[in-house]
Amino acid sequence: MIPAKFDYVKPASLADAVAALQQAGDDAKIIAGGQSLLPVLRLRMAAPSVVVDLGGIAELKGIREDGDKVVIGAMTPYYDILRDDLVKQHLTLLAQAVATVADNQVRHRGTLGGALAHADPAGDLGAPALVLDAEMVITGPGGTRTVAAADFFQGLFSTALGEADILTEIRFPKFTGWRTHYEKFNRTAQAWSMVAVGVALKIDGGTISEARVGLTNMGDRPLRATAVEQALVGQQATADVAKAAAAHAAEGTAAPSDADAAADYREHLARVLTGRAVLAAAG
Amino acid sequence: MTTTAEPATPVSEIGRARTRKEDARLITGRTRWTDNITLNGMLHAAMVRSPVAHGRITSIDVSEAKKMPGVVAVFTGADLDSEQSGLPCAWPINAEATPPRHVSIAVDKVNFAGEIIAVVVARSAAEARDAVDAVEFDIEPLEPVIDLNDALTDRTVIHSELGTNKWVTFPFDSVAAGATSGPSADEVIAAAENDPDSVVVTRTWRQQRLIPAFMEPRSVVVDPTGEQLTVWSSTQIPHVLRTMLGVTLGLPEHKLRVIAPDVGGGFGGKLQVIPEEILTILVANKLRRPVKWTETRSESLVSGHHGRDQIQTVTIAAKKDGTFTALKFDFIADMGAYFGLFTPAVPVFGAFIGPAVYKFPAYKAVFTDVFTNKTPTDAYRGAGRPEATFAVERIVDELAAVLGRDPMDLRKQNWIKNTEFPYTNAGGLTYDSGNYEAATEKALELFDYEGLRREQEERRRNNDPVQLGIGISVFTEMCGLAPSRLLGALGAGAGGWEHAAIRMLPTGKVEVVTGSSAHGQGHETAWSQIVADKLGVPFEDVEVLHGDTQVSPKGMDTYGSRSLPVGGTAVVKCAEKVIEKAKKVAAHLLEADESDIDFAAGRFSVRGTDKGITIQEVVFATFLSHNFPEGVEPSLDSEYTFDPENFSFPHGTHLAAIEVDTETGKVHLRKYVCVDDIGSVVNPLIAEGQIHGGLAQGIAQALYEEANYDEQGTLVNGTFVDYTLPSAADLPSFITDRTETPATTNPLGVKGVGEAGTIASTPAIVNGVLDAIRHLGVEHVEMPCTAQRVWRAIQEAEQQGGAQ
Repeated sequence: MIPAKFDYVKPASLADAVAALQQAGDDAKIIAGGQSLLPVLRLRMAAPSVVVDLGGIAELKGIREDGDKVVIGAMTPYYDILRDDLVKQHLTLLAQAVATVADNQVRHRGTLGGALAHADPAGDLGAPALVLDAEMVITGPGGTRTVAAADFFQGLFSTALGEADILTEIRFPKFTGWRTHYEKFNRTAQAWSMVAVGVALKIDGGTISEARVGLTNMGDRPLRATAVEQALVGQQATADVAKAAAAHAAEGTAAPSDADAAADYREHLARVLTGRAVLAAAG
Repeated sequence: MTTTAEPATPVSEIGRARTRKEDARLITGRTRWTDNITLNGMLHAAMVRSPVAHGRITSIDVSEAKKMPGVVAVFTGADLDSEQSGLPCAWPINAEATPPRHVSIAVDKVNFAGEIIAVVVARSAAEARDAVDAVEFDIEPLEPVIDLNDALTDRTVIHSELGTNKWVTFPFDSVAAGATSGPSADEVIAAAENDPDSVVVTRTWRQQRLIPAFMEPRSVVVDPTGEQLTVWSSTQIPHVLRTMLGVTLGLPEHKLRVIAPDVGGGFGGKLQVIPEEILTILVANKLRRPVKWTETRSESLVSGHHGRDQIQTVTIAAKKDGTFTALKFDFIADMGAYFGLFTPAVPVFGAFIGPAVYKFPAYKAVFTDVFTNKTPTDAYRGAGRPEATFAVERIVDELAAVLGRDPMDLRKQNWIKNTEFPYTNAGGLTYDSGNYEAATEKALELFDYEGLRREQEERRRNNDPVQLGIGISVFTEMCGLAPSRLLGALGAGAGGWEHAAIRMLPTGKVEVVTGSSAHGQGHETAWSQIVADKLGVPFEDVEVLHGDTQVSPKGMDTYGSRSLPVGGTAVVKCAEKVIEKAKKVAAHLLEADESDIDFAAGRFSVRGTDKGITIQEVVFATFLSHNFPEGVEPSLDSEYTFDPENFSFPHGTHLAAIEVDTETGKVHLRKYVCVDDIGSVVNPLIAEGQIHGGLAQGIAQALYEEANYDEQGTLVNGTFVDYTLPSAADLPSFITDRTETPATTNPLGVKGVGEAGTIASTPAIVNGVLDAIRHLGVEHVEMPCTAQRVWRAIQEAEQQGGAQ
């Protein structure tokens, strides 16, 4: 539980942080909230020569409104997201997913940007980011660019972030008035998701006009359950409709197998949980 | 209105729900945990461990490690073998054979993944850890022996000197032991199989392997100064450790001081003499410098001993009217790679308590102890009793299902009635007292048994996706380890007494010395309450000293729910001696005959007069000794060593309402009621805390925990990310209550409480899971009953056509 030796830098500006990363090359690690990185360091599963702490860059933290977008700084801890009025009003699915992350201590330290950049397929923020069409704002040596969530996640712990790139903020379109639910299944109350399903529905006059369904831990990255979405649109949000649509939940997935759950059991869970999430969202 | 002034009677301390006086320092950590100890010039040791479960060490190269920054020395097995001797096993069970040598550091062969192959000593813990990675070695893998049945084939033999992986088959037969007369269990079962009026139910299931998971990692600090060797260790057994170090390493016991400072939990996991204690001593002695070793959590999970791990075949025979006629256990128990202090004996503890609360006219228990290439097993909360209790409480439910009987009614029909105590069970134990009826009645009422049965019926009728089950466990256990003569008869290498001393300080304050050193149980508070009552001094005036062999020279330490029934009794007897001595002094000072002196509430008085003197005054007069009776030793200090005449037998009725989501297999513990009878209670708050913690660990075995090995012998869930422990968020608010049937075998009437919750709760939960889904055709789900396992069990039952 003693990490290998590393240098630690805490730059005060984004430019300094990018420079520090550039200088260290592929041997640097960014620390945001540290909730995933520190165990990895202590178990010596990673031994970076430099750890760059983004905690000194004030502009990376906070939540603001920007026209039709809600913008969340990458270093904003879960706890702040949970309490934020803009999130409560426009991004209920995000709040619902954040509320299921680990325990209160972790939620005070862990950050949205850290979780997304870490890209653990069992993490609870990827699927909501996908469902909510998040845009990842990335600053690197070549300047700043924006990547859609759908293009951001590229595999197991793998994203569109380059070696000296920093995820600075996450821009969400407003999903005001959408009905949402995040249904999480785990072995213990504070564990990672075995499978989870995030659902956002736009319901007009009892009919589902738009449907977005995201899956956590059903592949090497967060996935959209498009067949479920298609089956829901234009339907009434009844139990039968939910069940029939949820039957498609495992289509196109590549669920992992581990000691807690084999792939076929995860597929089954995805179907059951999707049905429940749709009904819970529809209320 | 008139009021009557009551004479001021002091509030009794025994029975008072005091908060624990040790908690402030324990919770804040502003105390002496072993790892907090820092000595001048202290070095740090780190262990290099084999990643291979079974193999020959073909080379170890420490030259690079020796060059690493801060490294002072690196030792291999070859360097230390002539001094390391073997780790002790105090209770081999088998008198026919010599246990395989348990080396602290492997020399040429490794027998489990996690076994130490080199020790690095450096100026800092970080430098030692870095140098561990620089030790290069080759281990030629041998076929690992993982599965218990495979081990019994002796296809690969782990300890060649034994020629087999089987250590012993220990049989207990109630007829041979004289505990029952009439036909043996084998004969009864054979006859019942051909008797239309009888039924025989046999089941086989696993007790999975568990990890004790104490909060404070183990730590050792060794300080060689002059001829004196001081060893601090995060251990449950400072006294046993001191003696064992003398016996095994040949260290002179009078030059050895062992200190267990505050210890952060053990659950049996620190009831051990560990390789790291031996090695830290050896390297400190070689370097003549203080050395500290503190384990990482990853090390702890592979190298601290594990618990349970049995394959149990259980048979019950009964008349069709439900009367039990025989019980038979056939258990194969995993020893792991080596014997720890009690490894081969742990399963056998279950032999005697196997018949539990029931009247079995015939009983047989056979335990086969087997070596495998896994971390050694040893005592874990309950040690043998949870395994036996699970077996009997699960099979009774299976019998109830076969007979179509309410499982509680079947238990009532067969249990020992309150009027039948004392009762000698078919395991040869004499239960001094018990009242299963009272505890059960209270539990059923708190639980709303009838209401929940109705709800269960309704959910079944409606084919509700969430089914309800009711889990029952009516248990008893043996506590207060243990009568020394009995231990001797069973071949144990130690007695079961406990020691206490009381020192009366001149200002009237009291020091209580106990050999039972707490590692989280709250002895300091409870012992203070006992002494405050017995000597009539304020609670605040009592200090409890323990855990340092120079302060507390004698003890058998803390395990087996023994502290209060054995150690607490020693304290009571010791206080009585103080009063006896003080009475002589008081009589002299009061110029009265000793036979006319009464003692109550801290005051000696002359019967029939208003003349009296406080105990503090007697103490001070003794300190001065200016005016003292002729021929009396001028000291009130006393000591007492108490050896119990029998075990104590807590019992209780535990009920669990379990919801099973049949669509996902997820198990939800909705309600848990337990009514325990732990006899008289010194501190109800501490007792309840022990019950709560015990329940959490027992429930965790049923639903969450399992140490998993792959075919290569690697512990695959060796971190707390993967080894699933529940938190408070996973458990309901327990509904606990008590009945009080005092033990008759000790003056406090206490029975012990540390393990009760763990022993009772596991079968209650699994019985509840089965009760929820048995109508779907499911007969058993292996522990832990994870969602996936439960779901698959339902799927398989459905494919086989559901309930027959």
